[in-house]
Amino acid sequence: MRKQVLKSITELAVRDERVVFIGSDLSPGVMSDFRERFPDRLFMEGVSEQHIIGMAAGLAMEGFIPYVNTIATFLTRRCYEQIAMDVCLHNLPVRLVANGGGMVYAPLGPTHEAIDDFALMRALPNMTVTAPVDANEMAALVNASLEYPGPIYIRLGKGGDPIVTPEIQQFQFGVPTILRQEGQIGLVSTGIVSAIALRAADIAAESGVSVKVIHLPTIKPIDTESFFSAILGCEHLIVVDEHLSVGGLASVVAELLTYSIFSVRPKSCSVNLGQDFLHNYGSQAEHLASKGITDIVLAKQCVNLATSEMVRI
Amino acid sequence: MSSLAQQAQSTRLDDRSLYLRNLIVDALEGGERGHVGSSFSLVEIVRALYDNVLNKQSDDPVWSQRDRFILSKGHGCLAQYAMLADLGYFNKKELKSFCRFDGILGGHPERGVVPGVEASTGALGHGLAIGVGMSLAARIADCNWRVYVVLGDGELDEGSVWESALAASQHKLASLTAIVDYNKLQSYGAVSDVLNLEPLADKWRSFGWEIFEVNGHDVAGLTSLLGATPTQESPRVLIAHTIKGKGLPMAEGQATWHHKAKITADDVKLLRQALANA
Repeated sequence: MRKQVLKSITELAVRDERVVFIGSDLSPGVMSDFRERFPDRLFMEGVSEQHIIGMAAGLAMEGFIPYVNTIATFLTRRCYEQIAMDVCLHNLPVRLVANGGGMVYAPLGPTHEAIDDFALMRALPNMTVTAPVDANEMAALVNASLEYPGPIYIRLGKGGDPIVTPEIQQFQFGVPTILRQEGQIGLVSTGIVSAIALRAADIAAESGVSVKVIHLPTIKPIDTESFFSAILGCEHLIVVDEHLSVGGLASVVAELLTYSIFSVRPKSCSVNLGQDFLHNYGSQAEHLASKGITDIVLAKQCVNLATSEMVRI
Repeated sequence: MSSLAQQAQSTRLDDRSLYLRNLIVDALEGGERGHVGSSFSLVEIVRALYDNVLNKQSDDPVWSQRDRFILSKGHGCLAQYAMLADLGYFNKKELKSFCRFDGILGGHPERGVVPGVEASTGALGHGLAIGVGMSLAARIADCNWRVYVVLGDGELDEGSVWESALAASQHKLASLTAIVDYNKLQSYGAVSDVLNLEPLADKWRSFGWEIFEVNGHDVAGLTSLLGATPTQESPRVLIAHTIKGKGLPMAEGQATWHHKAKITADDVKLLRQALANA
């Protein structure tokens, strides 16, 4: 996904001279192809996130479309006021490409773990928040981002994430993707967790339990009608999110269910990273497992629900 | 006090400077509040820019070849509002609706709301980065327009200013000019007491900027420096020595006049009298 997003941005730059790339002291050689072809449209700035967001806003005010790339935690927390005031208040087409969404950088500790990025970005007026599941969806998202109005936050996975969506696809902002049809239990997820949810559905199917997998590549804004159409038939939703419980996908779904005039609401529960900083190191997968975000645990939950009295199968 | 600060103190305001200050009082009267000292210190800076330096079309505020002006110290917006009103960017009557619910002129300037305002500012330490972006945009697009950013001295406390100062120098942005409204007072008190900036010129110089110091109430001096064609491949900064509240004896050099949350009709009378006697 990481390689794909940079490749896709370079392809956009070939197509459209408004595309510029801004990095914050990234790794040596990153975007060398872009730099060779468009040296005046690539800016490898220093470790100065506040500055690069303001600079991106200035470029966007003059008609350019900046793709700003650095580590998710620094791209959201360090320059929050710049994102709010320079980018969102002016509603500019700045794209925040955030490496290491969720627990990707678990070995590096809490300073590098993007466990609150959805909450921070969702709170900002005009900001669109996205988290593709794989490289194919990322390519489609970047392609669609060119003409999309206003700012976009794009959460990236680790790289080498399993491919679960078609190579050729159209990205529709705000519209959920149903990765697995049918099932009175629905797994609702975003980002790379949707691939885990899909495997969980496969495992549950072996026990004769059908599970619907509803992937939300855009978590803000959400097309309400499409969302309720997607969860139609589900009596129970399990919202799975690589994020704190506050402000992430659990909040998104809770808000949708609360605000909606939809008369029949499915019972819902959430599996997420909880409410605290995570102090262990290890790997992303280990952290997800410690919170119950694995295919086997989720499948078990689905099977348990399906066989309990709570859900009428 | 430096000689430039002394000159700033002794500079007599001419009719146009007094007229612009009276327009500010119109807004203070309408809004019954406002950043008095902060706007009175930079009247000559915006006057020199708008009257003599900026390439602009007041009947087309978004004319593509205009020079860009960003008031990074957005709390000084009354000075900019007075200029824009006088030049016809909007009707002077708007000044009377300053800070009113349905007015267009807020306590800090907003792009897309106030004709002629390039960037919404108010949170400090944002304007220079935006100016760097605009200056880079001009370079990419091979345009000749220039970018001017006015910074407050208290604003220089923000680390983000220095991030952008480094970047502007790295990119050799000769089309970018910063002007520091160096009135030596911030909200709480003297800049030298709150967070000393000296040696200020050396700081900018060490960041790779070409430095000029000027009496910030000398319109001719400001015009000459601001309008000059850059001779070096580096951004330029004018450290404009000013007097906070310039033109109002009761406010000059008084931190308490940085912002007034309540301005009465009697206050307005006093302000008008002070300007009449200046």
